[in-house]
Amino acid sequence: MKQAKSEVAVAVRDIHKEFVLPQHKRASVKQAFVNIVSRNGKVIQKVLDGVDFEVHKGDFFGIVGRNGSGKSTLLKILAGVYTPTTGEVRLNGGLTPFIELGVGFNPELSGRDNVFLNGALLGFSRKEMEAMYDEIVDFAELGPFMDQKLKNYSSGMQVRLAFSIAIKAHSEILIFDEVLAVGDEAFQRKCLDVFEQYKANGQTVILVTHDMETVKQFCNRAMLLSEGKIVEVGNPQKVAREYSRLNQEEIDGASDKKNLQAQLIGLKARIMGADKKPRTSFTVGEELLVGTSWQKRPELDSIVVNIYKRSGEHVTGFKTKTDGLLLRENDNVVVVRVKLDLSPGKYYLLIQSLTEQDEEVETIIEGPEFTVKMQDNMKWAGLVNLPHSWTRQ
Amino acid sequence: MRYLSKKNRAILREMVSTDFKVRYQGSLLGYLWSVLKPLFLFVILYVVFTYVFKVGKSIPHYPVYLLLGIVMWNFFTEATTVGASSVVSHGDLIRKISIPRYLVVIASSMSALINLSLSLVVVVVIALFNGLRPELSWLAVPFILLELFALALAVAFILSAAYVKYRDISYIWEIILQAGFYASAILFPLQLVPVQYQKWFFLNPIVQMVQDARYFGVTHDSVTFWSKIVMPYALYPFVVIAVVAGVAKVYFKKQAKFFAENI
Repeated sequence: MKQAKSEVAVAVRDIHKEFVLPQHKRASVKQAFVNIVSRNGKVIQKVLDGVDFEVHKGDFFGIVGRNGSGKSTLLKILAGVYTPTTGEVRLNGGLTPFIELGVGFNPELSGRDNVFLNGALLGFSRKEMEAMYDEIVDFAELGPFMDQKLKNYSSGMQVRLAFSIAIKAHSEILIFDEVLAVGDEAFQRKCLDVFEQYKANGQTVILVTHDMETVKQFCNRAMLLSEGKIVEVGNPQKVAREYSRLNQEEIDGASDKKNLQAQLIGLKARIMGADKKPRTSFTVGEELLVGTSWQKRPELDSIVVNIYKRSGEHVTGFKTKTDGLLLRENDNVVVVRVKLDLSPGKYYLLIQSLTEQDEEVETIIEGPEFTVKMQDNMKWAGLVNLPHSWTRQ
Repeated sequence: MRYLSKKNRAILREMVSTDFKVRYQGSLLGYLWSVLKPLFLFVILYVVFTYVFKVGKSIPHYPVYLLLGIVMWNFFTEATTVGASSVVSHGDLIRKISIPRYLVVIASSMSALINLSLSLVVVVVIALFNGLRPELSWLAVPFILLELFALALAVAFILSAAYVKYRDISYIWEIILQAGFYASAILFPLQLVPVQYQKWFFLNPIVQMVQDARYFGVTHDSVTFWSKIVMPYALYPFVVIAVVAGVAKVYFKKQAKFFAENI
């Protein structure tokens, strides 16, 4: 193997991490996590359970896993923010973590002051910062705004400024946590360009994400975590496959649980274009059709189609009953037609089927995804284009 | 020195200047408040204690004597209370980057130190107005302030680490400071206390510092610790500082590992 010969940049040796749960959190957390044990009267949650791997110099290493898999904890241990309960991390070279962009940004300070503050926190001396200040401002395209307070910046401007400082970091090892989740498509493009460059320069990068496309595109090695253990490490394609299999299991498992209370009805959803042909990519303003089908319908009374942004925001939801569509005895498919006056980005569906009392019969937690792409002549700004009209008075 | 490497100095510098810039945001007088606040407190106390209680008459240059004490006590109060909450209030940094944790405590004490310097300017001006003339003995005062800084910083380290786990600390410390203010003979000359009780005041090491600063900076009528106690025992305040600093080092280092998850 080629990689086995190259120099080790990060060696993680049998890391265990346990959190002692505070009294008041126990009840709620117990339901959400499995790895809870009691010891000496303390309730302990095992978040990482014997994680052991190496990252080599020049690797573009992806760490993936579902929420609660322990990947953020692992990242914080690598970053030196958390101390592992047992085990150790050995670093060969300096490491700069980006758990968040713009750490320490203070809204009351000017853009300029924030550059120096953030720079210092990333390990730059005043001199180094002065030398590269102009480049940072140029790259962020914020020249005229640097003397304004940060609180007057739009969130997009803040991210641009933070990112422009971040890419100046020249540590041997860089760690990014879901940086792509913030910002618009143009920003994501910029991020990917920078990743391209890192890859070309042989920079060691560790990327924590749940975007499999990025992993497949950039990483030469990847690792899949589940419930604090490594499921798979190595080939990114294989890790991505394993990840989607795990996701499917999770969904099936969730449905199984529901099945104890209600009968499974075989809920399915698919996304189509206006021509009723399946597709997942749309342009702003286009129409999208969601077809929801089921096989059996004990107690089924209404269907809800929710649209979520990939970053987690609930954009909107439609319910058959509220919209005046009452399901009949022999119905087994409903289609909702939506005009996508949505900002460009990635979205997914969450489909619920409800009883008359609004109890869930079956739910598709992470339903099909779709992408909305920029239109050349987009005539509005913001998250959504709401129906509106102007009058003169 | 590892503790104040180039990187750490850059962080300290930015944190202190941020603190300073943000503190008086939106106030018209801005930094002037650093000076005005102790000045007004001084005016109030001066009026109360010279005209109402009439305790100051026995002491030459009582206004300066009083003000110096207040300024020193205010510094200790600020450095310890702001220091106590420093780790928690910088939680966003601590959870996201691995800067040395002690930097946030030092940064907060630096801000208090800047305020102390500004206040001292007021003290010197009032001293000159009050007829005091600069003397060689004034040079002893900075060393006493250094001693005070050491104690305040050590206390701040312990409090800041404890505060992460026990938020009651801020209330408890507030009460202790309230009591300490009266137990530190800041307001009244120590001479007014019956002689046999005077030495008990020195159990609080701050009293030694305040009384010494007054002795060297204002008037030899200030009752000092070393005039009351013989040699090995006169080192008591330094022993206290050494012990507190030792506890601070061990406790803070131990707790700092878990700040990110406990905040």
